Amino acid sequence: MLEENKVNKAGGRPIPLHRDPKVRGIAFQIVAVLFFVWALWTIGSNTVTNMEERGIVLGLSWLEKLAPFQVGFSPFLANELGQNSYWRIFFIGVQNTIYVSFFGVIAATLLGFVIGVMRLSPNWLVAKIASAYVEIFRNIPLLLWFFFWYFIVFLPVLPGMRESISFADAIFINKSGLYLPRPVMESSGAATIFLLICAAAIAGVVYLARWAKKQQDQTGRQLPVLPISLAILIIVPVAGFYVSGSPYSLEYAQLGTFQLSGGINLTTEFFVVWFALTTYTAAFIGENVRGGILAVSHGQTEAARSLGLHHGQNIKLVIIPQAMRVIIPPTISQYLNLTKNSTLAIAIAYEEIASIWMGISLNTTGQALIIIAMTVGVFWTLSFLTSALLNWYNKRVQLTER
Amino acid sequence: MKHSSTWQSLALAGVLSFSGSAWAGTLEDVQARGELVCGIDGGLPGFSAPDNSGKMQGVDADVCYGIAAAVLGDRNRVKFIPLTAKERFTALSSGEVDVLSRNTTHTLTRDSSLGLNFTYYNFIDGAGFMIRKAMGVNSAKGLGGARLCIQAGTTTEQAVGDFFRANSLQPFTPKPFDTSVQTREGYEAGSCDILSSDKSQLAAIRSELADPGAHVILPETISKEPLGPVVRQGDDVWFNTVKWVLFSMMNAEELGVTSSNIASHRNSTNPAIARLVGKEGGLCKLISTALDDTCFYDVISQVGNYGESYEANVGENTPIGLRREGSVNDLWSRGGLIYAPPLR
Repeated sequence: MLEENKVNKAGGRPIPLHRDPKVRGIAFQIVAVLFFVWALWTIGSNTVTNMEERGIVLGLSWLEKLAPFQVGFSPFLANELGQNSYWRIFFIGVQNTIYVSFFGVIAATLLGFVIGVMRLSPNWLVAKIASAYVEIFRNIPLLLWFFFWYFIVFLPVLPGMRESISFADAIFINKSGLYLPRPVMESSGAATIFLLICAAAIAGVVYLARWAKKQQDQTGRQLPVLPISLAILIIVPVAGFYVSGSPYSLEYAQLGTFQLSGGINLTTEFFVVWFALTTYTAAFIGENVRGGILAVSHGQTEAARSLGLHHGQNIKLVIIPQAMRVIIPPTISQYLNLTKNSTLAIAIAYEEIASIWMGISLNTTGQALIIIAMTVGVFWTLSFLTSALLNWYNKRVQLTER
Repeated sequence: MKHSSTWQSLALAGVLSFSGSAWAGTLEDVQARGELVCGIDGGLPGFSAPDNSGKMQGVDADVCYGIAAAVLGDRNRVKFIPLTAKERFTALSSGEVDVLSRNTTHTLTRDSSLGLNFTYYNFIDGAGFMIRKAMGVNSAKGLGGARLCIQAGTTTEQAVGDFFRANSLQPFTPKPFDTSVQTREGYEAGSCDILSSDKSQLAAIRSELADPGAHVILPETISKEPLGPVVRQGDDVWFNTVKWVLFSMMNAEELGVTSSNIASHRNSTNPAIARLVGKEGGLCKLISTALDDTCFYDVISQVGNYGESYEANVGENTPIGLRREGSVNDLWSRGGLIYAPPLR
């Protein structure tokens, strides 16, 4: 019987090797891989040879050198004119890209959910408003939105420094953005105690939630977990702040010659980039949400009703968990788009990686190849991590399927 | 059929990856193509910007026209490629353009690590600051803590950084924009208090503001910005060609030869002029035998001398309005820095 597999039906002779589909398949794959490796090697060696011929220096030592230019916006990393190495400029750029993308993803998800649910509303006006929103935002290129919000809306509308909108002389809004008071640590010992008290409050809330769930599973009784948790999270840290002896004081923004100084400044550029990315991407996410909800069969709602679940429980426990399976995969793409689209921010002077790294650093050093390769690496890594994280979440959601 | 198409695409890919590695001289390439490809800014009035009829005008564009006249005998055989500050060096070293004439500053780093050669300067500039008159600031020393609009990818970021460090001023907040148009709009909309750029550009930008009179350019010049055409390293014939086109325009001005009177100098007995118009010396052929003896004659008759180009594009009677007399861009014989080696 085994012999028969290797024998031609008509002649009974064994199939020659070059006609065996399996052998041929493997051979073609080997050729394809060899060709791919050869192509990569050719491109690489061509580049290096050409660069050497033209006297372009290839190396990494310049990354240690100090950058001679100033970076204005760095929320976390240290940043001082003349003291930043190119490595640090790189990381400041990465940080600013992640910073605006992170808040953009969160806000776009929330807004997208609202828009998606609104579009399915039985209320005619609400549904039409959501439709209009989606059509307006997704049909205009993102770069135009950046220009529109920055040059036409926010900069002209916001007041100058001396006419700043002020709340209790602690929070200011003007053309340079939003200024918040900055907490300044007074004593490190007291600060440690305060942070421990805060950590204890969070641990307590987590424990409470678990205990309440256990109670519900055993007895069916529901506890008001949310109000209790909120109370704990507000009262305990406030009390802890005074018990530990006020470890922080607040530094307020002050009038300077040209702009306010001190405090925490969320710049107009940051705000506009965040705002434009959020409103634009939310239109796409809204459509994903609408599609996901429509994909859940109406029979599920009827079944939930007959089990005695009310409308809110139906949405939360029946519709959304099933819709999520459809919503998540296309939404991952939107998150990646949002992150990559943040590079357009260079048009309105937000200092992310395309601006200070691929723009300014490339110009001062001329190291185009390495700088572009590192930038590609950053976006590849960010996209890969985002999709890996969400795919993992997606798998967990999928497990609830029966 | 399926297999043959696989092999065809493999063969095609193989051919493609081997082609494009041959490198003839740029001069021969340009002559064979019959067209010069010139990298410019394209949006900077006075240096390179289209006029009302869509024709590229400016001192940078004139360098391109001059090279085309010398090499191809016709100033109009130029293809202009507009480049941003960031793109320009890659475009040149990858061979996308034959020469870069885009108000580019000559610095040590660029000269030694980019594989490029800087020929000479067609405009000597320096970075400065523009501010609203209403701010009441009249010296750059009073700019500590200010917000500065800068075009990203220029030498200005470094010039400003050096100036603030050298004078121990309170740190500034940079607002780096991608193009010079966005930089101007950012300044006008109030994104920053000060616009910093090369002073010639400040004059050009100020002329395009809604109310130019409400803005003032501060007197300080905070850096040296010698601007000029750039070529790829390793092609000495082309390097010499571009350099001497520029020198011939400067020499012509010194000799009093202009586009309108050069025809009458054709049979000049003044040896310097005779060499310029190609009657004596055979200088063009020394640069390359591929050039005609009248290569400099073509440059001056079709494009004009340095002074003509300056006055027509950035001089006092243009919207840019940069007075040449007494400035560094005047001829050395009148106290300026424009000095070309002799044609002999």
